[in-house]
Amino acid sequence: MFGLHYRLETKAMGLVLAIIGVSSIGGLVEIAPLFTIHQTVEEAPGMRLYTPLEIAGRNIYMREGCYACHSQMIRTLRDEVERYGPYSLAVESKYDHPMLWGSKRTGPDLARIGGKYSDEWHVRHLNNPRDVVPESIMPAYDFLSRTELRKDDLGEHLAALRKVGVPYTDEMIANASSDAYGQAAPDTPYAEGVVKRYGAATNVASFDGKSGELTEMDALVAYLQIVGRLTDAAYKPVASAE
Amino acid sequence: MIGQLTRNERQGALLILIALAILGLAMAAVGRDDPLGGQGALVMVAALAGLFGVISRYYAPEPGPDRVSRYYDEPSKVGIIIAMGWVVFGLFIGDWVAWLLVDPNLTFHAAWSSFGRIRPVHTTSVIFGFGGNALIATSFYVMQRTSRARLPDQLSPLFVLFGYNLFCVLAVAGYMMGITQSKEYAEPEWYADIWLVVVWITYFVIYLRTLARRKEKHIYVANWYYLAFILVVAVLHIVNNLAVPVSFGHARSYSLFSGVQDAMTEWWYGHNAVAFFLTSGFLGMLYYYLPKVAGRPIFSYRMSIINFWGITFFYMWAGSHHLHYTALPQWVQTLGMTFSLMLLVPSWASAGNALLTLNGAWHKVRDDATLRFMMVAAVFYGLATFEGSFMAIRPVNSLSHYTDWTIGHVHAGALGWVAMITFGSIYASVPWLWKRDGMFSPRLVEVHFWLAVAGTVIYVMAMWNSGIVQGLMWRTYNDSGTLAYSFVDSVVAMHPYYIARAIGGLMFLLGSLVGCYNIWLTIRTAPQVAGRTASEFPDAAPIGAPVLQPGE
Repeated sequence: MFGLHYRLETKAMGLVLAIIGVSSIGGLVEIAPLFTIHQTVEEAPGMRLYTPLEIAGRNIYMREGCYACHSQMIRTLRDEVERYGPYSLAVESKYDHPMLWGSKRTGPDLARIGGKYSDEWHVRHLNNPRDVVPESIMPAYDFLSRTELRKDDLGEHLAALRKVGVPYTDEMIANASSDAYGQAAPDTPYAEGVVKRYGAATNVASFDGKSGELTEMDALVAYLQIVGRLTDAAYKPVASAE
Repeated sequence: MIGQLTRNERQGALLILIALAILGLAMAAVGRDDPLGGQGALVMVAALAGLFGVISRYYAPEPGPDRVSRYYDEPSKVGIIIAMGWVVFGLFIGDWVAWLLVDPNLTFHAAWSSFGRIRPVHTTSVIFGFGGNALIATSFYVMQRTSRARLPDQLSPLFVLFGYNLFCVLAVAGYMMGITQSKEYAEPEWYADIWLVVVWITYFVIYLRTLARRKEKHIYVANWYYLAFILVVAVLHIVNNLAVPVSFGHARSYSLFSGVQDAMTEWWYGHNAVAFFLTSGFLGMLYYYLPKVAGRPIFSYRMSIINFWGITFFYMWAGSHHLHYTALPQWVQTLGMTFSLMLLVPSWASAGNALLTLNGAWHKVRDDATLRFMMVAAVFYGLATFEGSFMAIRPVNSLSHYTDWTIGHVHAGALGWVAMITFGSIYASVPWLWKRDGMFSPRLVEVHFWLAVAGTVIYVMAMWNSGIVQGLMWRTYNDSGTLAYSFVDSVVAMHPYYIARAIGGLMFLLGSLVGCYNIWLTIRTAPQVAGRTASEFPDAAPIGAPVLQPGE
């Protein structure tokens, strides 16, 4: 064996090929089957899609690096289930490109944050976390309320997501900007369009409490309120894995 | 630097820079409504600065034909200086981030300075800025010496070095502007990723061309590690960053993978960035500089072979231990745990091989802080790899995961192993590269050493404590069978440890400032060694002269 290696290490290309070969095995065995084994991701009929406003909010969540302190993955451990809620299923992040499972909890897990607090709580908390949680060490995101949301390109965002496998329809893509506006403007004709396209369970609300201008605060709160609520599969007694 | 290029190469540099400036202008124009525009402007400014540099020295005398009888060390020199710049910047941001957890008001109400944006600035600056530049600089140095061949040309190594730094600057500036893919340790967006692929392929080609012209029959161990670093990082980078951009005018892209497949791909990448960037590359460094400074051959050649292939094979399976108890199928978690445990064998054998090499040279370890940096690095490498295997065990991971313990573990590796071996190698190479008798002040190397060791120990101890306290508080039940602590109770309990950690980090930062000062004075003021022939500097000897290799 060492004799063989003695010869191998005299050949640069031999070493290169050997390194590529030896190093690819692990990834091939562990990753490739995840795309083919059917049970990897559970079935969840009726799973909703993120609305354009929620996608915009998710992008803000990513932009601000929220994942550095907040996980979105409740593990199958008793204390986690009792603290946060039902453990996370693979299907719940099926439309998450990329996933935001996170790796660190400087703050609490957010996988079940959707619907847990009111919109007003979120707005106050994001403006200054210490107003509602005095001991919090989270940064203040007060600039979100002052920043107008860019929504003219949301159709392109949805189209890109469709390319990677999220089933947005042409109609959703065409109406993305007005749907983003409508979701934060209840009692307007635009709001009806959102509900028609994304389902009756869609949160339509004036998220930051102010009508009119659509802010980044609207988008981020809209996203936080949908986290963990695209499907209720995790609340069913046994997830239907085939 | 430009003076070392031939006239043809200067023209080549001009062409590359003009193309880059046009590319930057195009990005700025197409992405004017998007943060991409700012990045384009940055590319253009960088290219114009480069153009200015080349033009101002365009008519400088060309290097003579005798250049091929010497090693080409300009990229190594520049790389070491840039690496020291990155380490100071990265550690400064890191310590700022640490203080943010003590007092969140230190963001000063700006968007760019909040924790979530500058934490990746810290990680990218230290891992890719400092680590990457140190690897590129030392690999060029080591590959020439161990192959007894000069780099194939003068331009491409500089392209790799500056192109790589453009990637780092785009990444770091991008995070503060709000551009990120949100994939840990792979945050840069699609255009920066594509640029890195171009740079990386050039780097690989330089390596192969130099090896092809080598005068040593056998390729030395250090080069196996550097090769594995270059190759595997390329594969990881390309696969994990597959994404569809929103448009050519948008910085934002959407990852090709989602959910559980994305999680597995990300941690296959993430863990092997640790393996092949932060371990393989730096083991390459260790296998050259440690025996060289100790004046002893590597303890065991056979152990190096087993370790190398063990690390290359086992590491690639271990990524899934980042996903214990998650929605990842359990068979993958179990495989990840199993291979993480097996990984301890080649890891400890590597650390042991390094320490046993020091047998017969322990008096040098006592007297010379440069060698002591490397010795401590090997010890921390052993400690961190043991801890890593331990934390990969599922029940242990149930406590440690999501807590500061992980942060402590990472810094035991990053400060104790990666930074220490790099500082040791830099202190060894600076006098060799600039042809000085030694460092300007060996006492300042001592000061740096003790600041670095103390800082690391304080940091790691603080994070062990906070991590385990956190993990236990989250799972403590009271007598009535309900959870004893709210989440915010655990946040409050972290406060003293966060202060200690920030102080430990500050000490490490001060140490690196001392290092910069010492390196600067060595380059600037230490006398040139006069009246000695080149052969007394084994590493400055002309190519082809018989020089004892570290393996012999």
